[in-house]
Amino acid sequence: MTGATSNAAQPTPPPGPAAAPGPLVQVRALGVEFDVDGQNHTAVRSASFEIGQGEVVAVVGESGSGKTVTALAMLGLLPGNAKVTGQIEFEGRDLLALSERELRAVRGRRVGMVFQDPVAALDPVFSVGYQLDEVVKLAEPGMTARRRRQRAIDLLSLVEIASPAKRLGDYPHQFSGGQAQRIAIAMMLANSPRLIIADEPTTALDVTVQAEVLDVLRAVRASSDSAILLITHNMGVVADLADRVVVMRAGDVVENQPVDALFTQPKAPYTRELLAAVPRIGARGGADSAPGPDVADPPVLGIHDLVVEYGGRLRKRVRAVDGVDLHVAPGEILGLVGESGSGKTTVGRAVLGLAPVTRGEVAVNGHDVTTLSRRGRQAVRRTVGVVFQNPATSLNPRFRVAQAVIEPLRVLGGLSRAEAAERARELLRSVGLDSRWDDRYPHELSGGQRQRVAIARAVALDPALLIADEPTSALDVSVQAQVLDVFRELQARLGFACLFISHDLAVVDALADRVAVMRDGRIVEQGGRAQVLAHPAEPYTQRLLASAPVPDPAVQRARGRARLALAGKTI
Amino acid sequence: MRLAAKTAQRLAGLALVFLGVTFVIYLAVFALPGDPVRALAGDKPLEESTVAALRVKYNLDLPIWQQYWMYLSGLVHGDLGSDFKGRPVLGLMATRWPVTIALALTAWAMEIVVGLTIGVVQALRRGTVIDHGLLALTVLASCVPVFVLGVVSQQVFGVTLGWLPVAGVRDGWPASYILPAAVIAVFGLSAVSRLMRGAMVESLSADYVRAGRAKGFGPGRVVGIHVLRNSLIPASTYLATDLGYLLGGTVIIEGIFNLPGVGNLLFEAIRTHEGPTVVGVSTALIVIFLATSVLVDAIHVGLDPRLRRA
Repeated sequence: MTGATSNAAQPTPPPGPAAAPGPLVQVRALGVEFDVDGQNHTAVRSASFEIGQGEVVAVVGESGSGKTVTALAMLGLLPGNAKVTGQIEFEGRDLLALSERELRAVRGRRVGMVFQDPVAALDPVFSVGYQLDEVVKLAEPGMTARRRRQRAIDLLSLVEIASPAKRLGDYPHQFSGGQAQRIAIAMMLANSPRLIIADEPTTALDVTVQAEVLDVLRAVRASSDSAILLITHNMGVVADLADRVVVMRAGDVVENQPVDALFTQPKAPYTRELLAAVPRIGARGGADSAPGPDVADPPVLGIHDLVVEYGGRLRKRVRAVDGVDLHVAPGEILGLVGESGSGKTTVGRAVLGLAPVTRGEVAVNGHDVTTLSRRGRQAVRRTVGVVFQNPATSLNPRFRVAQAVIEPLRVLGGLSRAEAAERARELLRSVGLDSRWDDRYPHELSGGQRQRVAIARAVALDPALLIADEPTSALDVSVQAQVLDVFRELQARLGFACLFISHDLAVVDALADRVAVMRDGRIVEQGGRAQVLAHPAEPYTQRLLASAPVPDPAVQRARGRARLALAGKTI
Repeated sequence: MRLAAKTAQRLAGLALVFLGVTFVIYLAVFALPGDPVRALAGDKPLEESTVAALRVKYNLDLPIWQQYWMYLSGLVHGDLGSDFKGRPVLGLMATRWPVTIALALTAWAMEIVVGLTIGVVQALRRGTVIDHGLLALTVLASCVPVFVLGVVSQQVFGVTLGWLPVAGVRDGWPASYILPAAVIAVFGLSAVSRLMRGAMVESLSADYVRAGRAKGFGPGRVVGIHVLRNSLIPASTYLATDLGYLLGGTVIIEGIFNLPGVGNLLFEAIRTHEGPTVVGVSTALIVIFLATSVLVDAIHVGLDPRLRRA
């Protein structure tokens, strides 16, 4: 019986932090290689770090840095083609040397894990009550059904799900993302694990919801002596929660420091780059330029009393956009911010004629696209460029990079083959892609490079208006910074007006001239960038700004204490 | 309230489909060229007066819409009419349905057991020789026309090996039904296995599977409960639809294996221009198809809570 040793260790309660000397986890020279079709890909080269008892260690790094792979290696959850070397010592045992059976006793019970996409991490076809019961049953095998049910209710109230008894029968899709993540945390807490691994626990969530989940994690930490391994790319989240930070890059640990020291005196050049790339609200400073003669110019985009409704005769109609007024002056960047479901993307789609406009006017250069004929709409659309969030799906995978940019020039711009090719080359150079990339396919490019191609394509016809829908949200921070630079440079040169849609206030602050804040289909606040983001008048804008974690541990600590005190939360 | 409205809408839709399809069939049988009365007489010459009398007797002198209306009113009272020999169509079908139902259910059970098993094994052994081998086998089997499969299996298992009866129902269930059921199940079970394999492969790489393992669940719970339950959705939908086809689509097999089922009856009726029987059997089959489509929806909603709306 290979499981005997682990089972024997199970029932005895874990020794308190005082009794346990040394760190809880010691990762020594961890290496992970993946065998992909006979080729070795190194995901983690040689990572070493420790997690102390009750300590919150953040592992940060950009995509491909090996941070998630490191976490999965701890629980033996890597796919079969992974080769793992080194040691991960946890409670005196090397996790990498355990059998699958022994690992199963560690998973959940000693080490709990929270994943990035909370709704996907719950099984869609079983009720939340059933899934909680599964976990409780495993944690406490002797419990009666009635007491298990009570335990499930207690766990749900612990993570602040309202009327938990009533919601046990509900299915995961009936909860919001933030609730689902809190439920996932509740499931994990059933075992009171010694170590909690949280893999990008708030990345898929809106800022205000992110703040709630971080509150719950902070409360867990305050009331138990569990250590937390927090994997994230968000420096604001790190500042909010971590005691110590491990910075990873391309499979190596490049820096390992207490959180305050990391933010004030980063040692590794890469950490400095990473921190410099993080957009910060207020970093741009300055005041709003006085509304000059621009106001007299007719706006490039004028939206009046726009209403967009989805749904039909039998289904309930949903108002995605509810009476929106917006205008974008020539050469102006208007940042449209809001959380998911606020209707910001729908506004952009309405401008492109892709949303069912129920009422109102959408005028591009004075032509109302809602009343134009199909032919007229097409003519107008020619003057509007678009950049979507995900360049991987908005570029045709069978078109080479140059072709992607040549296509609109030939089809809509009417250029000859040679002219279009020449112009495409210029455009690609201007977004920082040299000739080596012209004949590549999108899948051969990185995310940032793909988005550059998408931008080059969007501005190919010298549009009067550019709609950019979360163009940098899928990118790593350092890449985001580069793409934003390219964007700013192009905009200054070409002078197009831009509707910049984003959930990221810091990005909007860095780029926009004016800002409009959307909530539930309405514009709640609109004005100059500095005014709205530095002196917000609306409570909702204030809440948005307060929820977005700032990459400064001191500020986040103060905020966290304030929130915790306000709510009187203890877990 | 909403549910009631939805149900009413659904029923109205079904009624409309029923009327449309039965009317088209009625039209095809009675209004198209080819006189049933003359066909009835075969090669014998008929007096004009006899023809006229027969026409009146079977209401063939009335306009087609009136005939259809009379047929519908009969239906409401459970009367499917009589064939040209004066036998009630309902009675003709009554002796045939048990055979067809036994055949269809046997084939269906084979599709469920064998199809799902093959799919599960393929998904769990993805990319191995077993996976590819089973795929090749099921694709190959479903490519062979049913009548070829039927005749060959009669030859091999019935004549050469003598394991099972070649044809007829004298040996009763299950012996007489195994061979024909297996032959019609082949196509369905290869579809079921492919659906099951696909759904399961997708489900195996889902986040909740990794999350389940991270919670410390063993493979029995992760695969046996969570993956299986999620993967069953597409295959169940197909299986429910397929039951309708099996009940109605056994004409060829009932012919080859000489089973006195409904398919056989329909085939005979078409051959002998027995209009009322053709329409009667078709009507019954339409009802079965409509019923299975309701069943499919119910199963779908039952298995996937995301489709339930409060």
